Amino acid sequence: MGAGEGARVLILGIETATPQVGCAIGGHEGVLASFHAARGRRHAETLAPAIDFIRRQARVELDEIGAVVADVGPGLFTGLRVGVVTAKALAMALRVPVIGVSSLDLLAFPVRWTHRRIVSVVDARRGEVFYGFYRQVPGGVQRLSEQRLGDPEALCSEILATGEECLAVGDGALRYAEQLQELIRVEVGEAGLAYPSAGSLVQLAHARALREEFINPWELAPVYLRKADAEINWSTREQAPPQPGPVV
Amino acid sequence: MNGSGLILGIETSCDETAAAVVARGVDIRSSVVSSQVDLHARFGGVVPEIASRAHVELLTPVVAEALVESGAEGPEMQAVAATVGPGLVGSLLVGVAGAKALALVWGLPFVGVNHLEAHLVSSFVEDPTLELPVVALLVSGGHTMLVAVEDVGRYRLLGSTLDDAAGEAFDKVARYLGLGYPGGPAIDRLAIAGDPAAIPFPRALLDQGYDFSFSGLKTAVVTYVRQHPDAATEDVAASFQQAVVDVLVAKARRAAREVGATSIALGGGVAANSALREAVLDACTADGLAAFLPSRAMCTDNAAMVAAAAWWRLEHDGPTPLDAGVEPNLRLPVV
Ligand SMILES: [Zn+2]
Repeated sequence: MGAGEGARVLILGIETATPQVGCAIGGHEGVLASFHAARGRRHAETLAPAIDFIRRQARVELDEIGAVVADVGPGLFTGLRVGVVTAKALAMALRVPVIGVSSLDLLAFPVRWTHRRIVSVVDARRGEVFYGFYRQVPGGVQRLSEQRLGDPEALCSEILATGEECLAVGDGALRYAEQLQELIRVEVGEAGLAYPSAGSLVQLAHARALREEFINPWELAPVYLRKADAEINWSTREQAPPQPGPVV
Repeated sequence: MNGSGLILGIETSCDETAAAVVARGVDIRSSVVSSQVDLHARFGGVVPEIASRAHVELLTPVVAEALVESGAEGPEMQAVAATVGPGLVGSLLVGVAGAKALALVWGLPFVGVNHLEAHLVSSFVEDPTLELPVVALLVSGGHTMLVAVEDVGRYRLLGSTLDDAAGEAFDKVARYLGLGYPGGPAIDRLAIAGDPAAIPFPRALLDQGYDFSFSGLKTAVVTYVRQHPDAATEDVAASFQQAVVDVLVAKARRAAREVGATSIALGGGVAANSALREAVLDACTADGLAAFLPSRAMCTDNAAMVAAAAWWRLEHDGPTPLDAGVEPNLRLPVV
Protein backbone atom coordinates (compact mmCIF):
# COMPACT_ATOMS: atom_id res chain seq x y z
CA MET A 1 0.00 0.00 0.00
CA GLY A 2 1.45 3.38 -1.03
CA ALA A 3 1.50 6.40 1.27
CA GLY A 4 -0.96 8.32 -0.91
CA GLU A 5 -3.41 5.46 -0.79
CA GLY A 6 -2.82 5.13 2.95
CA ALA A 7 -4.43 8.51 3.55
CA ARG A 8 -7.79 7.09 2.51
CA VAL A 9 -7.49 3.71 4.16
CA LEU A 10 -10.65 2.39 5.81
CA ILE A 11 -10.03 0.65 9.09
CA LEU A 12 -12.01 -1.98 10.98
CA GLY A 13 -11.37 -1.94 14.72
CA ILE A 14 -12.02 -4.79 17.16
CA GLU A 15 -12.07 -4.26 20.91
CA THR A 16 -12.57 -7.24 23.25
CA ALA A 17 -9.98 -6.82 26.02
CA THR A 18 -12.51 -6.20 28.81
CA PRO A 19 -16.05 -7.43 29.55
CA GLN A 20 -17.09 -5.03 26.78
CA VAL A 21 -17.35 -6.07 23.11
CA GLY A 22 -16.72 -3.27 20.64
CA CYS A 23 -16.07 -2.68 16.96
CA ALA A 24 -15.89 0.34 14.70
CA ILE A 25 -15.23 1.33 11.10
CA GLY A 26 -13.52 4.58 10.25
CA GLY A 27 -10.74 6.40 8.48
CA HIS A 28 -9.83 9.90 7.39
CA GLU A 29 -13.44 11.03 7.92
CA GLY A 30 -13.34 9.83 11.53
CA VAL A 31 -15.49 7.05 12.91
CA LEU A 32 -18.24 6.03 10.48
CA ALA A 33 -19.99 3.46 12.68
CA SER A 34 -19.36 1.81 16.00
CA PHE A 35 -20.88 -0.72 18.36
CA HIS A 36 -20.30 -1.35 22.06
CA ALA A 37 -22.00 -3.73 24.49
CA ALA A 38 -20.72 -4.12 28.02
CA ARG A 39 -23.31 -6.58 29.24
CA GLY A 40 -25.24 -9.51 27.88
CA ARG A 41 -23.97 -12.13 25.50
CA ARG A 42 -20.32 -13.04 25.32
CA HIS A 43 -17.66 -11.85 22.90
CA ALA A 44 -17.72 -14.80 20.49
CA GLU A 45 -21.50 -14.55 20.14
CA THR A 46 -21.69 -10.78 19.68
CA LEU A 47 -18.61 -9.80 17.72
CA ALA A 48 -19.22 -11.23 14.24
CA PRO A 49 -22.89 -10.06 14.02
CA ALA A 50 -21.81 -6.63 15.36
CA ILE A 51 -19.15 -6.26 12.65
CA ASP A 52 -21.72 -7.18 10.02
CA PHE A 53 -24.16 -4.66 11.55
CA ILE A 54 -21.81 -1.67 11.59
CA ARG A 55 -20.53 -2.29 8.08
CA ARG A 56 -24.12 -2.38 6.80
CA GLN A 57 -25.00 0.80 8.71
CA ALA A 58 -21.94 2.56 7.31
CA ARG A 59 -22.63 1.10 3.84
CA VAL A 60 -19.18 -0.39 3.64
CA GLU A 61 -18.35 -3.67 1.94
CA LEU A 62 -15.78 -5.66 3.87
CA ASP A 63 -13.48 -5.75 0.84
CA GLU A 64 -13.16 -1.96 1.09
CA ILE A 65 -11.38 -2.40 4.44
CA GLY A 66 -7.68 -1.62 4.08
CA ALA A 67 -6.46 -2.64 7.53
CA VAL A 68 -7.75 -4.42 10.60
CA VAL A 69 -6.83 -3.18 14.06
CA ALA A 70 -7.31 -5.06 17.32
CA ASP A 71 -6.95 -4.16 20.96
CA VAL A 72 -4.29 -6.72 21.94
CA GLY A 73 -4.62 -6.18 25.69
CA PRO A 74 -3.56 -6.56 28.38
CA GLY A 75 -6.99 -7.71 29.47
CA LEU A 76 -9.23 -10.70 30.06
CA PHE A 77 -7.74 -13.63 28.19
CA THR A 78 -10.83 -15.27 26.74
CA GLY A 79 -12.31 -12.10 25.24
CA LEU A 80 -8.91 -10.97 24.04
CA ARG A 81 -8.42 -14.21 22.14
CA VAL A 82 -11.80 -13.92 20.44
CA GLY A 83 -10.93 -10.42 19.22
CA VAL A 84 -7.38 -11.21 18.17
CA VAL A 85 -8.26 -14.40 16.29
CA THR A 86 -11.18 -12.62 14.60
CA ALA A 87 -8.82 -9.82 13.48
CA LYS A 88 -6.25 -12.33 12.22
CA ALA A 89 -8.84 -14.33 10.27
CA LEU A 90 -10.49 -11.22 8.80
CA ALA A 91 -7.12 -9.81 7.74
CA MET A 92 -6.04 -13.12 6.24
CA ALA A 93 -9.24 -13.48 4.22
CA LEU A 94 -9.20 -9.81 3.14
CA ARG A 95 -5.46 -9.95 2.44
CA VAL A 96 -4.87 -6.74 4.40
CA PRO A 97 -2.33 -5.90 7.12
CA VAL A 98 -3.12 -5.52 10.81
CA ILE A 99 -2.26 -3.16 13.64
CA GLY A 100 -2.23 -4.05 17.33
CA VAL A 101 -2.98 -1.40 19.95
CA SER A 102 -2.60 -1.67 23.72
CA SER A 103 -5.76 -1.55 25.85
CA LEU A 104 -3.96 0.81 28.24
CA ASP A 105 -3.02 3.19 25.41
CA LEU A 106 -6.68 3.14 24.36
CA LEU A 107 -7.93 4.05 27.82
CA ALA A 108 -5.56 7.01 28.07
CA PHE A 109 -6.33 8.38 24.59
CA PRO A 110 -9.80 9.93 25.25
CA VAL A 111 -8.52 11.84 28.32
CA ARG A 112 -5.39 13.13 26.52
CA TRP A 113 -6.23 16.80 27.17
CA THR A 114 -5.58 16.58 30.88
CA HIS A 115 -2.30 18.01 32.12
CA ARG A 116 -2.25 15.49 34.92
CA ARG A 117 -0.41 12.23 34.62
CA ILE A 118 -2.78 9.57 33.29
CA VAL A 119 -2.78 6.05 34.67
CA SER A 120 -4.77 3.43 32.76
CA VAL A 121 -5.93 0.54 34.91
CA VAL A 122 -7.58 -2.64 33.60
CA ASP A 123 -9.10 -5.11 36.06
CA ALA A 124 -7.09 -8.36 35.75
CA ARG A 125 -9.30 -10.23 38.30
CA ARG A 126 -7.79 -12.30 41.13
CA GLY A 127 -7.03 -9.07 43.04
CA GLU A 128 -4.68 -7.73 40.37
CA VAL A 129 -4.67 -4.96 37.77
CA PHE A 130 -2.88 -4.23 34.51
CA TYR A 131 -1.64 -0.64 34.47
CA GLY A 132 0.50 1.90 32.68
CA PHE A 133 1.36 5.63 33.04
CA TYR A 134 0.90 8.26 30.31
CA ARG A 135 1.30 11.94 29.67
CA GLN A 136 -0.18 14.24 27.08
CA VAL A 137 1.88 14.95 23.96
CA PRO A 138 0.74 16.84 20.84
CA GLY A 139 -1.90 14.74 19.09
CA GLY A 140 -2.03 11.93 21.61
CA VAL A 141 -0.47 10.33 24.65
CA GLN A 142 2.93 8.89 25.42
CA ARG A 143 3.45 5.81 27.54
CA LEU A 144 5.89 6.56 30.36
CA SER A 145 6.31 3.08 31.81
CA GLU A 146 6.18 -0.59 30.96
CA GLN A 147 2.71 -2.15 31.02
CA ARG A 148 2.56 -3.96 34.34
CA LEU A 149 0.55 -6.55 36.24
CA GLY A 150 0.34 -6.03 40.00
CA ASP A 151 -1.94 -5.72 42.99
CA PRO A 152 -3.64 -2.38 43.82
CA GLU A 153 -1.07 -1.73 46.56
CA ALA A 154 1.77 -1.86 44.04
CA LEU A 155 -0.18 0.51 41.79
CA CYS A 156 -0.77 2.93 44.68
CA SER A 157 2.88 3.05 45.63
CA GLU A 158 3.86 3.72 42.01
CA ILE A 159 1.36 6.55 41.86
CA LEU A 160 2.79 8.01 45.08
CA ALA A 161 6.30 7.70 43.68
CA THR A 162 5.40 9.92 40.71
CA GLY A 163 4.72 12.80 43.10
CA GLU A 164 2.29 14.17 40.53
CA GLU A 165 -1.43 14.67 40.26
CA CYS A 166 -2.93 11.63 38.53
CA LEU A 167 -6.10 10.79 36.66
CA ALA A 168 -6.88 7.07 36.89
CA VAL A 169 -9.15 5.56 34.19
CA GLY A 170 -10.41 2.09 33.37
CA ASP A 171 -12.50 -0.61 35.03
CA GLY A 172 -9.59 -1.44 37.32
CA ALA A 173 -9.51 2.15 38.57
CA LEU A 174 -13.25 2.02 39.28
CA ARG A 175 -12.99 -1.31 41.06
CA TYR A 176 -10.27 -0.04 43.37
CA ALA A 177 -11.53 3.59 43.43
CA GLU A 178 -11.67 3.69 47.23
CA GLN A 179 -8.05 2.67 47.61
CA LEU A 180 -6.90 5.03 44.88
CA GLN A 181 -8.84 8.01 46.21
CA GLU A 182 -7.23 7.61 49.61
CA LEU A 183 -4.12 8.90 47.86
CA ILE A 184 -4.37 12.66 47.66
CA ARG A 185 -3.94 14.09 44.16
CA VAL A 186 -5.60 11.11 42.50
CA GLU A 187 -8.91 11.42 40.72
CA VAL A 188 -10.71 8.39 39.31
CA GLY A 189 -12.33 8.75 35.89
CA GLU A 190 -16.08 8.23 35.53
CA ALA A 191 -17.75 4.99 34.48
CA GLY A 192 -18.01 6.25 30.89
CA LEU A 193 -14.23 5.88 30.65
CA ALA A 194 -14.18 2.38 32.12
CA TYR A 195 -13.68 0.49 28.88
CA PRO A 196 -11.50 1.08 25.81
CA SER A 197 -13.42 2.65 22.93
CA ALA A 198 -13.48 1.00 19.51
CA GLY A 199 -13.77 4.51 18.06
CA SER A 200 -10.50 5.53 19.71
CA LEU A 201 -8.98 2.30 18.43
CA VAL A 202 -9.82 3.24 14.83
CA GLN A 203 -8.56 6.81 15.33
CA LEU A 204 -5.26 5.67 16.82
CA ALA A 205 -4.83 3.04 14.13
CA HIS A 206 -5.56 5.51 11.34
CA ALA A 207 -2.62 7.63 12.41
CA ARG A 208 -0.43 4.53 12.42
CA ALA A 209 -1.78 3.37 9.07
CA LEU A 210 -0.72 6.70 7.56
CA ARG A 211 2.78 5.97 8.84
CA GLU A 212 2.37 2.42 7.48
CA GLU A 213 3.10 0.89 10.87
CA PHE A 214 1.54 -2.42 9.95
CA ILE A 215 2.31 -5.97 10.90
CA ASN A 216 1.33 -9.22 9.19
CA PRO A 217 -1.78 -11.01 10.45
CA TRP A 218 0.24 -13.97 11.81
CA GLU A 219 2.32 -11.61 13.96
CA LEU A 220 -0.69 -10.28 15.86
CA ALA A 221 -0.78 -11.78 19.36
CA PRO A 222 -2.47 -11.01 22.66
CA VAL A 223 -0.41 -9.34 25.38
CA TYR A 224 -1.00 -11.64 28.35
CA LEU A 225 1.49 -10.34 30.99
CA ARG A 226 0.54 -13.40 33.03
CA LYS A 227 1.74 -16.93 32.45
CA ALA A 228 -0.64 -19.87 32.32
CA ASP A 229 -1.14 -21.29 35.83
CA ALA A 230 0.47 -24.60 34.97
CA GLU A 231 3.63 -22.80 33.83
CA ILE A 232 3.74 -20.76 37.05
CA ASN A 233 3.44 -23.98 39.04
CA TRP A 234 5.99 -25.65 36.83
CA SER A 235 8.61 -23.03 37.55
CA THR A 236 8.00 -23.06 41.30
CA ARG A 237 7.55 -26.77 41.83
CA GLU A 238 9.22 -29.80 40.39
CA GLN A 239 6.17 -31.26 38.74
CA ALA A 240 2.76 -29.75 38.33
CA PRO A 241 -0.47 -31.62 37.73
CA PRO A 242 -2.55 -30.40 34.81
CA GLN A 243 -5.12 -27.89 35.99
CA PRO A 244 -7.53 -25.43 34.48
CA GLY A 245 -6.20 -22.09 33.34
CA PRO A 246 -7.14 -18.78 34.92
CA VAL A 247 -10.83 -17.95 34.85
CA VAL A 248 -10.68 -14.79 32.79
CA MET B 1 -24.97 -20.13 -2.99
CA ASN B 2 -22.47 -21.73 -5.35
CA GLY B 3 -22.51 -25.44 -5.97
CA SER B 4 -18.89 -26.34 -5.30
CA GLY B 5 -19.87 -28.58 -2.39
CA LEU B 6 -16.64 -27.51 -0.68
CA ILE B 7 -16.66 -26.90 3.05
CA LEU B 8 -13.81 -25.49 5.08
CA GLY B 9 -13.84 -27.20 8.47
CA ILE B 10 -12.05 -26.00 11.61
CA GLU B 11 -11.41 -28.09 14.72
CA THR B 12 -9.99 -26.66 17.98
CA SER B 13 -11.91 -28.49 20.70
CA CYS B 14 -8.87 -29.79 22.56
CA ASP B 15 -5.16 -29.69 21.75
CA GLU B 16 -5.13 -30.12 17.98
CA THR B 17 -5.46 -27.09 15.73
CA ALA B 18 -6.91 -28.44 12.50
CA ALA B 19 -8.41 -27.23 9.23
CA ALA B 20 -9.60 -29.18 6.19
CA VAL B 21 -11.40 -28.75 2.90
CA VAL B 22 -13.85 -31.53 2.04
CA ALA B 23 -16.13 -31.76 -1.00
CA ARG B 24 -19.72 -32.99 -0.52
CA GLY B 25 -18.94 -34.58 2.84
CA VAL B 26 -16.78 -37.35 1.39
CA ASP B 27 -13.97 -36.08 -0.77
CA ILE B 28 -11.06 -34.82 1.34
CA ARG B 29 -9.18 -32.14 -0.61
CA SER B 30 -6.87 -31.26 2.28
CA SER B 31 -6.58 -31.98 5.98
CA VAL B 32 -4.01 -30.20 8.13
CA VAL B 33 -3.51 -31.01 11.81
CA SER B 34 -1.08 -29.17 14.05
CA SER B 35 -0.69 -31.08 17.29
CA GLN B 36 0.28 -29.28 20.47
CA VAL B 37 1.24 -32.52 22.18
CA ASP B 38 4.80 -31.32 22.83
CA LEU B 39 3.54 -28.20 24.59
CA HIS B 40 1.50 -30.24 27.06
CA ALA B 41 3.77 -33.29 27.49
CA ARG B 42 5.74 -31.91 30.46
CA PHE B 43 2.50 -31.27 32.34
CA GLY B 44 1.26 -34.84 31.78
CA GLY B 45 -2.01 -33.68 30.24
CA VAL B 46 -3.67 -30.93 28.27
CA VAL B 47 -3.45 -27.55 30.01
CA PRO B 48 -6.48 -25.53 28.82
CA GLU B 49 -4.85 -22.08 29.00
CA ILE B 50 -1.78 -23.25 27.08
CA ALA B 51 -4.03 -24.93 24.50
CA SER B 52 -6.07 -21.75 23.98
CA ARG B 53 -2.95 -19.64 23.52
CA ALA B 54 -1.51 -22.06 20.98
CA HIS B 55 -4.77 -22.16 18.99
CA VAL B 56 -4.65 -18.36 18.56
CA GLU B 57 -1.14 -18.64 17.16
CA LEU B 58 -1.77 -21.66 14.93
CA LEU B 59 -5.27 -21.17 13.58
CA THR B 60 -4.63 -18.82 10.65
CA PRO B 61 -1.49 -20.60 9.38
CA VAL B 62 -3.26 -23.96 9.57
CA VAL B 63 -6.29 -22.61 7.68
CA ALA B 64 -4.02 -21.00 5.08
CA GLU B 65 -2.20 -24.31 4.58
CA ALA B 66 -5.46 -26.26 4.24
CA LEU B 67 -6.66 -23.82 1.57
CA VAL B 68 -3.38 -23.93 -0.36
CA GLU B 69 -3.29 -27.74 -0.27
CA SER B 70 -6.90 -27.96 -1.45
CA GLY B 71 -6.11 -25.83 -4.47
CA ALA B 72 -9.28 -23.82 -3.83
CA GLU B 73 -9.73 -20.20 -2.74
CA GLY B 74 -11.78 -19.19 0.29
CA PRO B 75 -14.68 -17.68 -1.67
CA GLU B 76 -15.08 -20.97 -3.57
CA MET B 77 -16.25 -22.64 -0.36
CA GLN B 78 -19.92 -23.26 0.20
CA ALA B 79 -19.70 -22.88 3.98
CA VAL B 80 -17.23 -22.47 6.83
CA ALA B 81 -17.67 -24.88 9.74
CA ALA B 82 -16.19 -25.19 13.20
CA THR B 83 -16.59 -27.49 16.19
CA VAL B 84 -18.84 -25.79 18.77
CA GLY B 85 -18.60 -28.56 21.39
CA PRO B 86 -18.05 -30.61 23.37
CA GLY B 87 -14.56 -29.52 24.36
CA LEU B 88 -12.49 -26.96 26.24
CA VAL B 89 -14.37 -23.67 26.21
CA GLY B 90 -11.32 -21.44 25.57
CA SER B 91 -10.13 -23.66 22.73
CA LEU B 92 -13.56 -23.93 21.11
CA LEU B 93 -13.95 -20.14 21.17
CA VAL B 94 -10.82 -19.61 19.07
CA GLY B 95 -11.96 -21.90 16.27
CA VAL B 96 -15.52 -20.60 16.26
CA ALA B 97 -14.44 -16.93 16.24
CA GLY B 98 -12.01 -17.61 13.39
CA ALA B 99 -14.60 -19.52 11.36
CA LYS B 100 -17.22 -16.79 11.76
CA ALA B 101 -14.74 -14.13 10.63
CA LEU B 102 -13.90 -16.12 7.47
CA ALA B 103 -17.60 -16.72 6.77
CA LEU B 104 -18.24 -12.98 7.08
CA VAL B 105 -15.53 -11.98 4.62
CA TRP B 106 -16.40 -14.63 2.06
CA GLY B 107 -20.16 -14.09 2.45
CA LEU B 108 -20.71 -17.75 3.36
CA PRO B 109 -22.93 -19.54 5.88
CA PHE B 110 -21.36 -20.67 9.16
CA VAL B 111 -22.03 -24.19 10.39
CA GLY B 112 -21.50 -25.19 14.04
CA VAL B 113 -20.54 -28.85 14.36
CA ASN B 114 -20.90 -31.34 17.21
CA HIS B 115 -17.48 -32.95 17.72
CA LEU B 116 -19.00 -36.33 18.62
CA GLU B 117 -21.15 -36.40 15.51
CA ALA B 118 -18.05 -35.49 13.50
CA HIS B 119 -16.25 -38.57 14.88
CA LEU B 120 -19.24 -40.75 13.93
CA VAL B 121 -19.50 -39.25 10.46
CA SER B 122 -15.77 -39.80 9.90
CA SER B 123 -16.48 -43.48 9.13
CA PHE B 124 -18.54 -42.48 6.11
CA VAL B 125 -15.85 -40.15 4.80
CA GLU B 126 -13.41 -42.99 4.32
CA ASP B 127 -16.04 -45.54 3.31
CA PRO B 128 -19.24 -44.07 1.83
CA THR B 129 -20.48 -47.60 1.11
CA LEU B 130 -20.70 -48.44 4.82
CA GLU B 131 -23.95 -50.34 5.38
CA LEU B 132 -26.39 -49.17 8.03
CA PRO B 133 -27.08 -49.62 10.84
CA VAL B 134 -23.55 -49.47 12.21
CA VAL B 135 -22.49 -49.88 15.79
CA ALA B 136 -19.88 -47.22 16.42
CA LEU B 137 -17.40 -47.48 19.27
CA LEU B 138 -16.11 -43.98 19.98
CA VAL B 139 -13.10 -44.09 22.28
CA SER B 140 -10.77 -41.19 23.06
CA GLY B 141 -9.18 -39.30 25.92
CA GLY B 142 -12.45 -37.46 26.50
CA HIS B 143 -15.12 -39.94 25.47
CA THR B 144 -16.09 -43.58 25.55
CA MET B 145 -19.42 -44.36 23.96
CA LEU B 146 -21.22 -47.04 22.06
CA VAL B 147 -23.66 -45.66 19.48
CA ALA B 148 -26.08 -47.29 17.07
CA VAL B 149 -25.86 -45.21 13.89
CA GLU B 150 -29.13 -45.74 12.03
CA ASP B 151 -28.41 -42.99 9.54
CA VAL B 152 -26.40 -39.77 9.41
CA GLY B 153 -28.17 -37.69 12.04
CA ARG B 154 -30.00 -40.66 13.58
CA TYR B 155 -28.03 -41.88 16.56
CA ARG B 156 -29.00 -44.10 19.47
CA LEU B 157 -26.68 -43.86 22.45
CA LEU B 158 -26.35 -47.39 23.82
CA GLY B 159 -23.86 -46.72 26.58
CA SER B 160 -21.03 -44.53 27.77
CA THR B 161 -18.42 -44.43 30.50
CA LEU B 162 -19.54 -43.98 34.08
CA ASP B 163 -16.17 -42.55 35.15
CA ASP B 164 -12.89 -42.31 33.20
CA ALA B 165 -12.78 -42.28 29.42
CA ALA B 166 -10.78 -45.16 27.92
CA GLY B 167 -8.02 -42.82 26.71
CA GLU B 168 -7.92 -41.19 30.12
CA ALA B 169 -7.28 -44.62 31.69
CA PHE B 170 -4.39 -45.13 29.25
CA ASP B 171 -2.93 -41.72 30.17
CA LYS B 172 -3.27 -42.29 33.91
CA VAL B 173 -1.78 -45.79 33.86
CA ALA B 174 1.05 -44.66 31.55
CA ARG B 175 1.80 -41.80 33.89
CA TYR B 176 1.86 -44.14 36.88
CA LEU B 177 4.20 -46.49 35.03
CA GLY B 178 6.43 -43.56 34.11
CA LEU B 179 5.82 -43.94 30.38
CA GLY B 180 5.12 -40.26 29.72
CA TYR B 181 2.35 -38.49 27.85
CA PRO B 182 0.33 -39.26 25.78
CA GLY B 183 -0.19 -42.68 27.33
CA GLY B 184 -2.01 -44.54 24.56
CA PRO B 185 0.84 -44.89 22.06
CA ALA B 186 3.36 -45.53 24.88
CA ILE B 187 1.37 -48.44 26.30
CA ASP B 188 0.60 -49.77 22.83
CA ARG B 189 4.34 -49.89 22.00
CA LEU B 190 5.39 -51.44 25.30
CA ALA B 191 2.56 -54.02 25.31
CA ILE B 192 3.91 -55.66 22.16
CA ALA B 193 6.75 -57.12 24.24
CA GLY B 194 4.48 -58.12 27.15
CA ASP B 195 2.13 -60.99 27.98
CA PRO B 196 -1.52 -59.83 27.90
CA ALA B 197 -2.55 -62.81 30.02
CA ALA B 198 0.14 -62.30 32.69
CA ILE B 199 -2.07 -60.42 35.15
CA PRO B 200 -5.84 -60.98 35.46
CA PHE B 201 -6.96 -57.35 35.79
CA PRO B 202 -10.71 -56.83 36.34
CA ARG B 203 -13.10 -56.40 33.39
CA ALA B 204 -15.74 -54.16 34.93
CA LEU B 205 -19.38 -54.54 33.76
CA LEU B 206 -18.23 -57.03 31.10
CA ASP B 207 -21.61 -58.74 30.74
CA GLN B 208 -23.83 -55.95 32.04
CA GLY B 209 -25.43 -53.41 29.73
CA TYR B 210 -23.44 -51.07 27.52
CA ASP B 211 -21.95 -48.65 30.03
CA PHE B 212 -18.24 -48.71 30.80
CA SER B 213 -16.16 -48.15 33.94
CA PHE B 214 -12.38 -47.84 33.89
CA SER B 215 -11.48 -46.21 37.20
CA GLY B 216 -11.45 -49.56 39.06
CA LEU B 217 -9.06 -50.96 36.47
CA LYS B 218 -6.68 -48.05 36.94
CA THR B 219 -6.75 -48.61 40.73
CA ALA B 220 -6.16 -52.33 40.21
CA VAL B 221 -3.04 -51.57 38.16
CA VAL B 222 -1.68 -49.24 40.85
CA THR B 223 -2.39 -51.80 43.60
CA TYR B 224 -0.79 -54.62 41.62
CA VAL B 225 2.39 -52.68 40.90
CA ARG B 226 2.70 -51.68 44.57
CA GLN B 227 2.37 -55.31 45.63
CA HIS B 228 4.60 -56.64 42.84
CA PRO B 229 7.35 -54.05 42.41
CA ASP B 230 9.34 -56.53 40.32
CA ALA B 231 6.57 -57.17 37.79
CA ALA B 232 7.69 -56.56 34.21
CA THR B 233 6.28 -53.23 33.02
CA GLU B 234 5.67 -54.81 29.61
CA ASP B 235 3.39 -57.41 31.20
CA VAL B 236 1.53 -54.79 33.24
CA ALA B 237 1.01 -52.65 30.12
CA ALA B 238 -0.08 -55.61 27.97
CA SER B 239 -2.46 -56.98 30.63
CA PHE B 240 -3.99 -53.57 31.31
CA GLN B 241 -4.48 -52.94 27.60
CA GLN B 242 -6.05 -56.36 27.13
CA ALA B 243 -8.55 -55.70 29.94
CA VAL B 244 -9.65 -52.45 28.26
CA VAL B 245 -9.85 -54.06 24.83
CA ASP B 246 -11.81 -57.09 26.08
CA VAL B 247 -14.53 -54.92 27.60
CA LEU B 248 -14.77 -52.58 24.60
CA VAL B 249 -14.96 -55.38 22.06
CA ALA B 250 -17.34 -57.61 24.06
CA LYS B 251 -19.86 -54.79 24.35
CA ALA B 252 -19.54 -53.67 20.74
CA ARG B 253 -20.13 -57.26 19.61
CA ARG B 254 -23.15 -57.73 21.83
CA ALA B 255 -24.53 -54.38 20.67
CA ALA B 256 -24.10 -55.28 17.01
CA ARG B 257 -26.02 -58.50 17.57
CA GLU B 258 -28.84 -56.77 19.43
CA VAL B 259 -29.16 -53.85 17.01
CA GLY B 260 -28.87 -56.06 13.94
CA ALA B 261 -25.90 -54.09 12.70
CA THR B 262 -23.90 -55.27 9.74
CA SER B 263 -20.69 -53.64 10.85
CA ILE B 264 -18.72 -52.20 13.73
CA ALA B 265 -16.94 -48.87 13.23
CA LEU B 266 -14.18 -47.50 15.42
CA GLY B 267 -13.56 -43.82 16.09
CA GLY B 268 -11.59 -41.55 18.44
CA GLY B 269 -7.91 -41.47 19.38
CA VAL B 270 -7.94 -44.87 21.13
CA ALA B 271 -9.13 -46.40 17.84
CA ALA B 272 -5.49 -46.08 16.75
CA ASN B 273 -4.54 -48.71 19.38
CA SER B 274 -3.20 -51.76 17.56
CA ALA B 275 -4.55 -54.36 20.02
CA LEU B 276 -8.05 -52.84 19.80
CA ARG B 277 -7.97 -52.79 16.01
CA GLU B 278 -6.87 -56.39 15.87
CA ALA B 279 -9.50 -57.52 18.37
CA VAL B 280 -12.32 -55.73 16.51
CA LEU B 281 -11.17 -57.26 13.26
CA ASP B 282 -11.12 -60.77 14.78
CA ALA B 283 -14.53 -60.31 16.40
CA CYS B 284 -16.07 -59.08 13.17
CA THR B 285 -14.62 -61.97 11.20
CA ALA B 286 -16.00 -64.44 13.76
CA ASP B 287 -19.47 -62.82 13.75
CA GLY B 288 -19.71 -62.23 10.00
CA LEU B 289 -19.65 -58.45 10.38
CA ALA B 290 -17.77 -55.81 8.43
CA ALA B 291 -15.16 -53.97 10.49
CA PHE B 292 -14.56 -50.35 9.77
CA LEU B 293 -11.20 -49.21 11.08
CA PRO B 294 -10.49 -45.63 10.05
CA SER B 295 -6.96 -44.54 9.28
CA ARG B 296 -4.97 -43.21 12.19
CA ALA B 297 -5.32 -39.66 10.84
CA MET B 298 -9.10 -40.01 10.81
CA CYS B 299 -9.28 -41.54 14.34
CA THR B 300 -7.57 -38.70 16.12
CA ASP B 301 -9.08 -35.22 16.12
CA ASN B 302 -9.06 -33.65 12.67
CA ALA B 303 -11.04 -31.10 10.71
CA ALA B 304 -11.98 -33.30 7.73
CA MET B 305 -14.57 -35.00 9.93
CA VAL B 306 -15.84 -31.55 10.95
CA ALA B 307 -16.23 -30.44 7.33
CA ALA B 308 -17.94 -33.75 6.52
CA ALA B 309 -20.40 -33.49 9.41
CA ALA B 310 -21.07 -29.87 8.44
CA TRP B 311 -22.10 -30.97 4.96
CA TRP B 312 -24.84 -33.20 6.42
CA ARG B 313 -25.92 -30.61 8.97
CA LEU B 314 -26.12 -27.89 6.33
CA GLU B 315 -28.37 -30.11 4.21
CA HIS B 316 -30.63 -31.09 7.11
CA ASP B 317 -30.73 -27.98 9.33
CA GLY B 318 -29.29 -25.14 7.26
CA PRO B 319 -26.64 -22.74 8.58
CA THR B 320 -25.97 -21.88 12.21
CA PRO B 321 -26.74 -18.26 13.22
CA LEU B 322 -23.69 -16.03 13.45
CA ASP B 323 -24.54 -15.18 17.07
CA ALA B 324 -24.38 -18.81 18.23
CA GLY B 325 -21.96 -19.55 21.06
CA VAL B 326 -19.85 -22.56 21.97
CA GLU B 327 -21.20 -25.46 24.02
CA PRO B 328 -18.44 -27.11 26.10
CA ASN B 329 -20.83 -29.81 27.40
CA LEU B 330 -22.66 -30.51 24.15
CA ARG B 331 -24.04 -34.04 23.90
CA LEU B 332 -24.66 -36.26 20.91
CA PRO B 333 -28.07 -35.52 19.36
CA VAL B 334 -29.93 -38.79 19.90
CA VAL B 335 -33.26 -40.02 18.56
ZN1 LIG C 1 -12.26 -36.19 19.50
